[in-house]
Amino acid sequence: MAARRASRNLVAPKKELLKYYRDMLLIRRFEEKAGQLYGMGLIGGFCHLYIGQEAVVVGLESVAMEGDKRITTYRDHGHMLACGMDANGVMAELTGRIGGYSKGKGGSMHMFSKERDFYGGHGIVGANVPLGAGLAFSDMYKGNKNVTFTYFGDGAANQGQVYETYNMAELWKLPVIFVIENNQYAMGTSVRRATKSSSFWERGTAFSIPGEQVDGMDVLAVRAAGQKAVKHCRAGKGPYILEIMTYRYRGHSMSDPAKYRTRDEVQKIREERDAIEQVRGRLLDAGATEAELKAIDKEIKDIVNASAEFAKESPEPDPSELWTDITVDA
Amino acid sequence: MATEILMPALSPTMEEGTLAKWLVKEGDSVSAGDIMAEIETDKATMEFEAVDDGIVGRILVAEGTEAVKVNTPIAVIVEEGESANDIAAPAAPVSAPESDETTPAPEVAANARPAQPAVDRSPDYPEGTELVSTTVRDALRDAIAEEMRADDTVFIMGEEVAEYQGAYKITQGILEEFGARRVIDTPITEHGFAGLGVGASWGGLKPIVEFMTWNFAMQAIDHIINSAAKTLYMSGGQMGSPIVFRGPNGAAARVAAQHSQDYAAWYASVPGLKVVQPFSAADAKGLLKTAIRDPNPVVFLENEILYGRAFDVPKLDDFTIPFGKARVWREGSDVTLVSWGIGMSHALEAADELARNGISAEVIDLRTLRPLDMATVIESVKKTNRCVTVEEAWPVASMSDHIGSEIMREAFDYLDAPVLKCAGKDVPMPYAANLERLALTSVKEVIDAVRAVTYR
Repeated sequence: MAARRASRNLVAPKKELLKYYRDMLLIRRFEEKAGQLYGMGLIGGFCHLYIGQEAVVVGLESVAMEGDKRITTYRDHGHMLACGMDANGVMAELTGRIGGYSKGKGGSMHMFSKERDFYGGHGIVGANVPLGAGLAFSDMYKGNKNVTFTYFGDGAANQGQVYETYNMAELWKLPVIFVIENNQYAMGTSVRRATKSSSFWERGTAFSIPGEQVDGMDVLAVRAAGQKAVKHCRAGKGPYILEIMTYRYRGHSMSDPAKYRTRDEVQKIREERDAIEQVRGRLLDAGATEAELKAIDKEIKDIVNASAEFAKESPEPDPSELWTDITVDA
Repeated sequence: MATEILMPALSPTMEEGTLAKWLVKEGDSVSAGDIMAEIETDKATMEFEAVDDGIVGRILVAEGTEAVKVNTPIAVIVEEGESANDIAAPAAPVSAPESDETTPAPEVAANARPAQPAVDRSPDYPEGTELVSTTVRDALRDAIAEEMRADDTVFIMGEEVAEYQGAYKITQGILEEFGARRVIDTPITEHGFAGLGVGASWGGLKPIVEFMTWNFAMQAIDHIINSAAKTLYMSGGQMGSPIVFRGPNGAAARVAAQHSQDYAAWYASVPGLKVVQPFSAADAKGLLKTAIRDPNPVVFLENEILYGRAFDVPKLDDFTIPFGKARVWREGSDVTLVSWGIGMSHALEAADELARNGISAEVIDLRTLRPLDMATVIESVKKTNRCVTVEEAWPVASMSDHIGSEIMREAFDYLDAPVLKCAGKDVPMPYAANLERLALTSVKEVIDAVRAVTYR
């Protein structure tokens, strides 16, 4: 069932494909494990899994350079792993332990890494869009060549502040890439039940922002579009919109009864368009062996299992942590 | 290796559920992601997926079973060539760790708030400093200009801050001195530019975001609270938001309900923010400079009516006032008047009038509402045994209510009368001149309240 839909004109060397395969597999296995820990009651509250959408972040991270920033909404575990944050720290945050990125005080939706230029993890749909433009503003103000990847979903794309931000971003030529991860469902509401627009990227044209729609199940297509977008931004030409067509296999959150779409619809995409299977097919075509891929599978499984162990063993935050990090001393 | 599949928790509150239907049978192969069963929770019927590849070795809970506790083993998955018998009898349900198991029992006072600072009555500037009569407007402008000169990462943005020179002329001359890179006119987009400002603060800048009035900031309040105030905590201390949100707050004159709200209590209730509401020009200057340097988000509540009022401002190269330090404007022995912002003008005038009638009022200007200098208030109340608060905001769930409750807690035995508040009336601000006067508090109300608590 491999690589049926992959565009044959997009190619990448085997070494690169192996990296994409590895990075996407890490996200998928990590998320499966998170789902498992949630089922065991070790993860609480809301937990939104990224399974199915892996090619989006992995493709875009492949075009990022040192100092580039990223910010996203609450479906954020994949973004963190893709930008190099430590699986142990992410999983321990999910279990609410001191070893988590936010010392257990943020949870699934609120994680940050200054070191990796990951600015969250935001639970308010659409709010991260002006925040991302502000990060881009700081780079423009300092006069460097960095860009900010601002990820949001098709649901957030109907928020008013997104368009306030488009307006300012183009007006001030901010180096921000608006990445609309269109997974076709805002929680349980399909795109066609939420808007009469036929595409989201085209809304940028009202503000003179260029953009395009991208096959988000093909990591090489995402990479190619990402290259174009960063080139535009780094040249000082202002923002760029990528509407990346993707699909989440799991529910909106863990407690999603999945009554708004059919099992067949999900199954069909998994079988025909799965991002990881596409790269796997390309790798086998490029001469990779099953043994090579199995070795990667094993490596990933070990990382994920170790993260789960770490997340269970790491202690809960000390009660004194209740009163820390509210304000910082001047 | 054979693994047990446990009854999953499918929502944050689920404790048990019904195993409605098995979609696999013993001996079936499953891959990660295959639907294994349907489970009914209190809210919905949910599909339950396999997390690993394998073969269904044994089903332990028959379909139709109700009240299956979360974490009860419901099936066994085995690998190729393995038998379900390889796994021992189902173990006792695994439960999530209780906090007691992983950490020592918290001490009784673990959630008690940290100790409050002591009284600080040191002067704001050295005795003998030259004083220059300055309006609040110019004091604010001077503070902004001085901080922009000192630090290139400080910039100001908002509606009409640049070419128009400020809707209330606070930024007069600022564009000319600092240029369009650092003085930025925004479109009318409060929600958007407040968020953009917070993002810029994470990117290493120190934005001053001007709201033409705080009334318009209600469109942006999500970014002030959810994005700016909470991020330091949510990031475990990694990322703060060094940003100042400022502009006129409260009633001006005849601008009616939508332009006349005082937000003191709203913002003062939010942990993670600092909230300043100055009265005098010296405080406006010294506190705004402190606000711009502060690494936390600061809500700076000015007042349009005070903008044109002149006060003595010390002539110093770098005059700042620390947050959380109230100022005692006049000492007295019969009653403590506690106020801030424009409420201070009522309090001071009332104190003059009361003095003429032989009642000695101590007048305290809180200056900052978070942090709140209760130590100075409590010390004063212990001396006067009476307290009246004065503010223009609405009376329900107000700062006055909070101050009254703190006094009750810390100085109950010292009180000779209830703590009274003089506040705005519990109505939207009317337009008609006479009604507007009635809706605000007044010198007369303060005097009446003092007479009531002093029984004179």
